[in-house]
Amino acid sequence: MGDALKAQEVGTLRPDGNVGTRTKRYGGLERASGAQKYAADLDFPEALQVAIVTIPVGCADILGVDTSEAEAMPGVVGVLTAADLPSPMPRFGVSHKDRPVMADGRVNFYGEPVAAVAALTQEQADAAARAVTVDYRELPGVYTLDAALAPDAHLVQDPSDPTKRAGDPLRETNVIEEQTIAWGDLTEQEAKAALVVEDSYSYPMMTQFPIEPLAVIAEPTDAGGLTVYTPVQHPYLMQRIVAGLIGKTLTQVHVIAPDPGGGFGGKQIPKYEPLMAFLALKLDRTVRLTLNLAETTTAIRRAGAKVHARTGFSAEGDILFHHVVIDYQIGAYADVAPRVMTKGSYVGGGPYRLPACRIEARAVLTNTPVSTAMRGYGAPQISWATESQITDGARRLGLDPARVRLRNLVDNGEEFVQGEFAGKADGEWKEAVVKAMELAGWDDPLPPNRGRGIAVGIKSSATSGLSQSLVRLLYDGSAIVYAGTSDMGQGARTIWAQTVADELGVPVGKVQVISGDTDLVPFDLQTSASRSTVFMGTAVLRACRDVRRQVREMYAERVGADPGDIDDEPGALLTPEGAVTLDEAARIGLGALRGEVLGQGTCRLEGRKGHPLGGDASFYEFNCTISEVELDRGTGQYVITRHVSVSDVGTELNPIQVVAQEEGGAIMGLGQADMEQLVFDEHGRLLNASAIDYRVPTYKDVPLELLTGSVENHDGPGPYGSKGMSEGPILCTGAALGAAVTAAAGVKVTDLPLTAERIWRATRAAAEGAIA
Amino acid sequence: MSVGTESLVTVTATINGEPRTFTVPGHRTLLDALRSELGLTGTKSSCTEGECGACTVMLDGHAVNSCLVLAAEVDGHEVLTVEGVSVDGGTDLQQAFLEHGAVQCGFCIPGQVMSAEYLLSRNPDPSVQEIRDAMSGNLCRCASYNRIVEAVRQTATKRVSTRG
Repeated sequence: MGDALKAQEVGTLRPDGNVGTRTKRYGGLERASGAQKYAADLDFPEALQVAIVTIPVGCADILGVDTSEAEAMPGVVGVLTAADLPSPMPRFGVSHKDRPVMADGRVNFYGEPVAAVAALTQEQADAAARAVTVDYRELPGVYTLDAALAPDAHLVQDPSDPTKRAGDPLRETNVIEEQTIAWGDLTEQEAKAALVVEDSYSYPMMTQFPIEPLAVIAEPTDAGGLTVYTPVQHPYLMQRIVAGLIGKTLTQVHVIAPDPGGGFGGKQIPKYEPLMAFLALKLDRTVRLTLNLAETTTAIRRAGAKVHARTGFSAEGDILFHHVVIDYQIGAYADVAPRVMTKGSYVGGGPYRLPACRIEARAVLTNTPVSTAMRGYGAPQISWATESQITDGARRLGLDPARVRLRNLVDNGEEFVQGEFAGKADGEWKEAVVKAMELAGWDDPLPPNRGRGIAVGIKSSATSGLSQSLVRLLYDGSAIVYAGTSDMGQGARTIWAQTVADELGVPVGKVQVISGDTDLVPFDLQTSASRSTVFMGTAVLRACRDVRRQVREMYAERVGADPGDIDDEPGALLTPEGAVTLDEAARIGLGALRGEVLGQGTCRLEGRKGHPLGGDASFYEFNCTISEVELDRGTGQYVITRHVSVSDVGTELNPIQVVAQEEGGAIMGLGQADMEQLVFDEHGRLLNASAIDYRVPTYKDVPLELLTGSVENHDGPGPYGSKGMSEGPILCTGAALGAAVTAAAGVKVTDLPLTAERIWRATRAAAEGAIA
Repeated sequence: MSVGTESLVTVTATINGEPRTFTVPGHRTLLDALRSELGLTGTKSSCTEGECGACTVMLDGHAVNSCLVLAAEVDGHEVLTVEGVSVDGGTDLQQAFLEHGAVQCGFCIPGQVMSAEYLLSRNPDPSVQEIRDAMSGNLCRCASYNRIVEAVRQTATKRVSTRG
């Protein structure tokens, strides 16, 4: 757990250092000038362009695929169908190896590849893809949670297939995994309750919408392997999965991951890469697939959810019990969605002191595009319900919703999940609430038609993992750090450069950061769960300390001193004769052969068997959000006049990056609260994949006033007391905005997004009810 | 179906101040021609339907979505891309983006830079609201919007005071 990481020396900020300052983004100028090469910008003059063949329904048996016309078309070099793949169909996944490389006799979601066409130009590939004839019989697919959970529902995954769900007691249902977290006695607590709030909530399916669409280039190597270029968050997972599918060693599969142009969780798990690997090997040619935004939207999404909650309160505002039943609508294959469910529901009781709690959660397969990780993972869905319940309880009891939260929030070290696998607060979370209240002017009176809402959010970070780093201190005093974290915008490269600069006393401009290449860079488990600052940050810190240790020993030997007489601090050796800068000491130690000093750092955290999360969280992200709206009661339209987001970050390693991530997470959260949703028709077709129809926040949707803040108690397990912080601001945005709308409109809306139409309908229904 | 046999168009245009001639199929967009024929990959391709602004360039001094312009249409005209406005070490605007934390994943930023330069060419001292209005066609999923507004405001203020 976090304590295991904390036990190490995490260092203190140097007053004259780079860590803790607004160091400009590493690679920022290249991004601003267009010089940065994203995957689609890489030049492969000989590559064939690829188009994917799909069918216009979400569930169908494939009766035949005729590629003869397509293969005869100009420029077409080859077509890949399921018949070209090994039998049984190779499948991949993280926890469940259930996803076929391409549709295996049956299409299980809209957009699932049936064939792939490679041609000299994209126009030729697109035309030939249209000429592939797919004969299919549509099946009664399940496109909603209700349909998937009906007693006679079509089963998304064939229960008779022994390779998939053998021995699984749930195999005759569409539930792929379920989890119950429970403690205390609900009935006993309910008997004491002055108020019980009961309601149902829904959270729609959404998409990550990275501005950089998905892109893959697969290039056969002379050694019979592959080089795969793809902007992924997890290059080493990609390498393992592709190598496993094509039967090669890790050394034969080289993954190059150019910095992603936004990931938000959507670029973690392989999507089209396995198919592209088989296509490249079949044709023995470099093949390239470049999607646009709408095609990317069809390929990656967040799980929607339906939630039913009952919550009991004492008259004074103590939360006595909380009972939640939540179903996550995942897609046709597991991807990481079962874990989205388990991690999201683990914190479903919120960061509160609850005498009794029961969270029953299920991950439900549907014939919809595969859901995957997205910023906040499974927490925003359940937080929407839990926090709305708390707001409702406070309102009905006539209590201040902020003070109800302060009353029930756990103190540092106190359990908010009880039982064998307890979860304990690891920060002064009330400070974030108090700070948010101050920034928002919580107690200031509001003009008419304005409303204010508050919510808190919590998410468990990574529970296990391995990150390794190498740091080379070169003879001229410059340094290179190798760190496998993908910098998808969160600013990881900048943090490594700042860390190395301070630990070795190298100017930050003389630190080079190498990542995104499995041949060059040591292993890192993944870039997710806001883990990198803590895990890779620790590995980088240890690699720097390893360099310092070696320099001290080399210097001592060279000058004939006892290493015990020499101490070191960031950037310098402290000798009996005085301080020697580290680069000077290194030169003296290296001597006439010159060369360099190579340091290695590892951060390893083992999981814990039986734990619902696979282990104790290394830290928690905690956030308090306050939203303020001005409502037009006649139309239901509203303007977000003020929005406040405060997170417990431990230590701000780069304050401007913290602000950017905090604002970005808040705005993304607001988009998910007030406009975003994927809409499918009765054939499972995604109706609004286009950027015209799937709305995300623009400049004009930013709150009139957007205020962010941090709680810094230097109590995180990461370098200099830091914690990860990129997901906090999205955890409870929906509930904060919903509470603000309720405060302004006098009605409660339980379905996201909070559209004007929904508010208008609820207002009108309330008015009609009052008249009747 | 005319794939592979469609008529080719030869285009001569001033690209970033230099005369360039290239031959493309008649249906090819300016975006694709810039990236494929001219190797100017600073202009990014994302939605390909005029919604996201990642492909913004200037055509005869006007900001346009290059995915909505045919390459053939720029024959005889002037095109300015992010490569054309950039200088070694970055322009004042690009540096302001960095100072204010406006560059996160960075994919939309070349388009943002072009829209901001276009705005400043028309309105040297825009208000926050004017910046939000003028740049609302450029999506940023990292949502660096307030960071970019600050950068554009700072650049405008500095440029106005320099011009005195």
